[in-house]
Amino acid sequence: MIVFLLKGLVRDRSRSLFPIVIVATGVMLTVFLHAYIHGAITIMIQSAAHYSTGHVRVMTKAYSEEADQVPNDCALLGIDTVIVELRRRFPDLRWTPRIKFGGLLDIPDDRGETRAQVPVFGFAADLLSPESPEWKVLNIHQAIVRGRVPQKRGEIVIADELAQTLNVSPGQTATLISSTMHGSMAVSNFTVAGTVRFGVAAMDRGTMIADLADIQQALDMETGAGEILGFFPDDVYHDDRATTMSAEFNGRNSEPANEFSLVMGTLRTESGMAEYLDLVGMFSGIIIGIFVIAMSIVLWNAGLTGSLRRYGEIGLRLAMGEEKGHVYRTMLAESLMIGCFGSLLGTAIGLAMAYYLQVEGFDFGSIMKNSTMMISDVIRAKITPFTFVIGFLPGLIATFLGTAISGIGIYKRQTAQLFKELEA
Amino acid sequence: MRQHLFSVLLIPFFLLLARQVPSGNEILEKVDRNMVSATKTVVSKMVIRGRRESRTIEAKSWQRGTSETFTECLAPAREKGTKMLKLKDMLWTYSPSTDRTILVSGHMLRQSVMGSDLSYEDMMEDPRLPNLYSATITTEETMIGRPCWVLDLVAKKEDIAYHGRKIWIDKTRYVVLKENLYAKSGKLLKTMEVRDVMEVQNRWVAKSLLFKDVLKDGEGTEFQVVALEFDPAIPAYIFSKAALKK
Repeated sequence: MIVFLLKGLVRDRSRSLFPIVIVATGVMLTVFLHAYIHGAITIMIQSAAHYSTGHVRVMTKAYSEEADQVPNDCALLGIDTVIVELRRRFPDLRWTPRIKFGGLLDIPDDRGETRAQVPVFGFAADLLSPESPEWKVLNIHQAIVRGRVPQKRGEIVIADELAQTLNVSPGQTATLISSTMHGSMAVSNFTVAGTVRFGVAAMDRGTMIADLADIQQALDMETGAGEILGFFPDDVYHDDRATTMSAEFNGRNSEPANEFSLVMGTLRTESGMAEYLDLVGMFSGIIIGIFVIAMSIVLWNAGLTGSLRRYGEIGLRLAMGEEKGHVYRTMLAESLMIGCFGSLLGTAIGLAMAYYLQVEGFDFGSIMKNSTMMISDVIRAKITPFTFVIGFLPGLIATFLGTAISGIGIYKRQTAQLFKELEA
Repeated sequence: MRQHLFSVLLIPFFLLLARQVPSGNEILEKVDRNMVSATKTVVSKMVIRGRRESRTIEAKSWQRGTSETFTECLAPAREKGTKMLKLKDMLWTYSPSTDRTILVSGHMLRQSVMGSDLSYEDMMEDPRLPNLYSATITTEETMIGRPCWVLDLVAKKEDIAYHGRKIWIDKTRYVVLKENLYAKSGKLLKTMEVRDVMEVQNRWVAKSLLFKDVLKDGEGTEFQVVALEFDPAIPAYIFSKAALKK
C-alpha cells in the first residue's frame, strides 16, 4: 500500500512537489534560525563570561552593589586565602582573580612629556603563572596583531586600534594614569609588548591588559582584586548549577552588617543578560510555534487546492466503493510521506547553511563599532544535536494537520450526487 | 515739626549703624587680606578617612601669590617625592617612580587629590573669593564659640566648580570657620568646618579643618596645619617644571 502511494506521489508531481517545497522551506528556516539564534546566544554568553563576569563571580558586597562603576576601593583583599577556600569548596571550577580599572594611557615623547593620551579601560589578569587559565579564557595568543604576549612583569598588551590612535608600537613605553584603591593618583610605566584585536568592539576601542601583580602594585592593592571569576570546566554556562552554588555560598557568607563580606553572583545576574536570555529563549519557542501554525495554514490551503483539483479522483474512488475513511487515511499517509521527505530535505539544507555560518560567521563589526556590549563582532551559528530534530517534527505535524483539516471535506460528499457530478 | 526733628535726629544714627556693618564684599576683602601674602610656606598633614581605613599624607607647600604653588609629599613612603606644581591655570604632577611629569587636565581635574575629599579642581580655584563671587550677609551665628557673619555667595561667572557658597566668617578675626559649597542646582556638594584656629604673624588662620565631599562615602578629610610662615624668601626656581624632577 505504501509503495502504491509512493508511486502515486512520484508519478503525479502536482500532488507532491508544491507541498514538499513548502515543508522543506519552512523546516530549513527553522533549523537555520535555531542554529543561528543558539550560536548568537552562545557567543554572547561566552564573551560576557570570558571578558566580564565569569560563569560565577565572587566579590565584596560593597563592590557588587556598584560593580558597573568598578569600585576598586571596595576590592577583595587577601585573595590567595579566598581562592584556596573556593578551590576547596568548588574544586571542579577554575578560579582566577581579575582587576578592572579605568584611566588614561599616556605616551611620552623623548623628553618624557605627554605626546599622546587617551582614556582606556583595562583589566588585569594572572598572565605569568604557568597554571593560569587566563591564556585560554582571554585567547590572547590568537588575538595578537603585532608584537607578542606579555612574558614578564611590566609588560602589557593594548588594543590595536588604540595603539594606532596613540601611534605606539611594541617595545615602547606607555604610562597608565589611574586611581589607587585609596583614591590617590596612580602613575605607572609599562612596556607595550604587543597589540591585540579581540573582535569585540567594546574592547577593541580602548582596552589594555596587564598582569595582575603589576596592577596590584600600581593601584596600591597588594593581595587584592576586584573580583574572582569562576569558570565551569567545559567552558559552558550551567545556570542551574551556578544558581545553586551562588545560593549556597551567599548563605554561608552572609553578614548583613559587613559591607566587605563576600558574595557570589552568576553570569545570568551579573551580566545584566537575565531578561535578554529569557526573551531570546521565549522568541525561539515563538518562532517554532509560528512556523507550525503558518505551515499548517499554508498546507491546509494547499490541501484544499489539491482536494479541489482531485475532486474528480476522490469522487470516482468513492463511487467505485472505496470507503470515505480509507480515502481520508490514504491522504493522511500521503501527507506523512510528503512531510517526512520535506522535513528531511529542509533539515539537510538548513544544516548546510548553518554549518557554513558556523565556519565563516557573519561580521557585524561595522554595525557594532559603537557597541558597549561584550559581544563578538562575528556572530556564528552553532549546530547542536537538537538542531537535527528541531525542524523535523514541526514539518511533519504541519503537513499532517493541513491534510487532516482539508480532508474533512471527503466526509461531506454525498454518494447520491457522485454520478451526477461525474457526468457533469 | 516734631516729626521732622525726629527724622533729622534718627537718620544720622541709622547711617552710623550702616557704616558699622560692612558689606559682604568688604568682609571677603578682609578675609583675603588675612589669608593672602606675597609668599607662604605650609607644612600640613591630611588625614583621609576612607571606607576601610584612615591614611595620613604629609606635605610641604610653597606659595607665591595666589596662582603659583609647589607641593611635595613627605609621607607615607608610597607618596613620598610626589610633587605638584600649579602655575596659573595649569597643574602638573610628578611621580618619582615613573620619572614622569603629567599635566592634570580635563576630567582628571575632578579626581580626588590623594583620595581625599578635595579635588584638583579645588586646588586650581582662585582663593580670592571677591574675584569669583558676589556676597551678601544673610544672618549672624556662632561657630566654635565665635560670633560670625553668614554670607551667601553667588558666582559671577558660569564656568566655576561651585556656583554658590555659604560661609561663616569670624566677625573680628576674619577667618572662615565654616563653608558649604553648592552646585548650580542648589545641591550641597562639599562642606568645610574649622575645628581650631591659630595666630601666625598677627594673622588668624585655620589650624585644623574637616573637608567632606557630601557625595562620597567616608568620614571626610581632616587637614591640619603643622607649620605656617607668611612672606618667607622662596627661590624662584621652585615655581618651574624643572623643580619637579629635582
